[in-house]
Amino acid sequence: MTAAAIPATQDRSRLRRDLARAGRRRRLLAIGLIAPLFLFLLFSFIIPIGDMLRRAVVDSEIAETWPHAAAMLRQWDRRKDPDEAMFAVLGRDIEASAKAHTVATAARRLNYAIDGGRSLVMDTGRALRKLDAEPPSWREALVAANPAWGDKKTWIALAEASGPLTDFYLLTAVDLERDSANRIVHRPAQQSLYIEVLARTVLISVTVTVLCLLLGFPLAYYVASAPPDRAGLLMILVLLPLWTSLLVRTVAWIVLLQDQGIVNQMLMAVGLIDAPLRLIFNRTGVVIAMTHVLLPFMILPIIATMRSIPPTYVRAAISLGAHPAVAFWKVYLPQTLPGVAAGTLLVFIMALGYYVTPTLVGGPKDQMLAYFIAFYTTQSSNWGLAAALGVLLLVATAILYFAYSRLAGLNQVRLG
Amino acid sequence: MEASAKTLTERVSRLLLAVFATLVFIFLIAPILAILPLSFNDSTFLVYPMHGFTLHWYGDVFASEKWRLAVQNSFLIGIPAAAIATALGTLAAIGLSLADFRGKAIVTALLLSPLVVPIIIVAVGLYFFFAPLGLTQTYAGLIMAHAALGAPFVVVTVSSALASFDRNLARAAASLGAPPVTVFRRVMLPLVRPGVISGALFAFAVSFDEVVTILLLAAPQQRTIPREMFDGMRDSLNPSITAVAAMLVTLAILLLLVVEWLRVRNERLRKAKVD
Repeated sequence: MTAAAIPATQDRSRLRRDLARAGRRRRLLAIGLIAPLFLFLLFSFIIPIGDMLRRAVVDSEIAETWPHAAAMLRQWDRRKDPDEAMFAVLGRDIEASAKAHTVATAARRLNYAIDGGRSLVMDTGRALRKLDAEPPSWREALVAANPAWGDKKTWIALAEASGPLTDFYLLTAVDLERDSANRIVHRPAQQSLYIEVLARTVLISVTVTVLCLLLGFPLAYYVASAPPDRAGLLMILVLLPLWTSLLVRTVAWIVLLQDQGIVNQMLMAVGLIDAPLRLIFNRTGVVIAMTHVLLPFMILPIIATMRSIPPTYVRAAISLGAHPAVAFWKVYLPQTLPGVAAGTLLVFIMALGYYVTPTLVGGPKDQMLAYFIAFYTTQSSNWGLAAALGVLLLVATAILYFAYSRLAGLNQVRLG
Repeated sequence: MEASAKTLTERVSRLLLAVFATLVFIFLIAPILAILPLSFNDSTFLVYPMHGFTLHWYGDVFASEKWRLAVQNSFLIGIPAAAIATALGTLAAIGLSLADFRGKAIVTALLLSPLVVPIIIVAVGLYFFFAPLGLTQTYAGLIMAHAALGAPFVVVTVSSALASFDRNLARAAASLGAPPVTVFRRVMLPLVRPGVISGALFAFAVSFDEVVTILLLAAPQQRTIPREMFDGMRDSLNPSITAVAAMLVTLAILLLLVVEWLRVRNERLRKAKVD
């Protein structure tokens, strides 16, 4: 060890310390710059969505309206028939809620669980509101108001709805329910709706994605292999629909595809059809309009990938004796797969959650999952079910988004 | 002989490709252009052939209190939303480019998630979350919702502008004694400005075209242009909707050209750096 080496090591460790400190400072600055957007999104995006998802499993309506009865029913083992004490607890809660005008909340919740649940609760509330003293028998008072209270099934349904958590909405969202023995069973056919909606949503999304791929891939290849100055113009043509309002494009399709629209006029003029085809306000219209809206999202990632493929590989294959078609199929096509996969996933993700286009150009049998989420939120106020359907949609989206980020890399996201 | 056969098949396939691509381009563009002439059509029916020229439908739109309010609301919501999205998104993009840290991948995924989360989920979530806070049916609530939806676009465009930013310029400025804020304002910002502007335009376009959050969260007097169009399509189509559509298409073309011009500029900067 020479004398000069000692300060050198000291210098080096000081340098390392300084570098580490500078790195720490940079990290802190980075986090400080990201924090405002992160906090903003937390408040205006992430927490609201989390809060909505919570409603899919939280069951608070009965527990808030009839707190004593809900607490009691959570303890009930369901083997014994309800006794007079249980009738009394429930009766007093119903009476109190009827007098406080909150009984409708419980009525709405019980109506999801059993047929006629709303009138059962409202009838009972009306009958009990008139009481000015404790009845001699709560059982008789309740059964007199509505005989359904004598049925143990009503009590089991009420116990199921007493919270604090429930799988009722999630099961309903896939057409399942619990029977009186607490087993998970299929819902009767006339109450089953959502599996069909889910299947329809997936079917429409798959159809649209496949159409986008079939139309988009050749177009992407054409743009990617065009000379640079023409490619720039072609890119603008791809981007124009993207910048055009979704509602403008929807109006355009309604005008074009209506019975006297230009498409029907042309088909009739060339003699392909004699009477106008129904092309809008049905499945055909939904698929055409959605394909038009989502096509640029298929084309752009594929073009980006194609532009990064060096032309030398295909040239090498051909110079080694491969037929151009073989070279295209075996050498070029595999290299486009990342872009194809990214475009396919992106289009499929966006199609799954589509709302505006199917609502405006579809018939009642073409409405997708998002329509029902909106319907149960604003029209029928079945928030638990809206949230449960939202969970299905969001889980599907999250899985596909994860696959997309793995495949495409999030820093590869490009906007034209 | 064989070589010329190859070029023939190549030529034929090239031609087929061009024909197919042209048809797809027609599918993409024609519907948008087809409704433009109808906005000048002197007939209450939205069908071809045209029945003479009129500016009547444009007059209807400009005279209508409903559309005036819709335009006003669209800008009243879109401009502040784009401003918030641009400010927060630009800072976040700079932060993301500065350093690596644990959990960066997850944070990035969350910041960009408004791009893919179905809009109906966002709208329903806000519908429940804003109600007890008194933010439903307020401009503040709508602006927040739209800013959240637009911010990821700014993050993406500014990040891509930063990818072409030469960090040595910032280092040089700092070594000459410029404080960090000055480096940011005088060196970094001018160079990433194209990315910031196109991000802002994207964020504005997102808000300007957004209808689902408006459907769920807006009060009747807060209806925007897309909201009025949504209503206009639910009953029989009135030709004045094509006049609105034609103006929106013109706006889209303008926005697109500005963004493309900015992108080309940014690319040129990037190339200059490589050379």
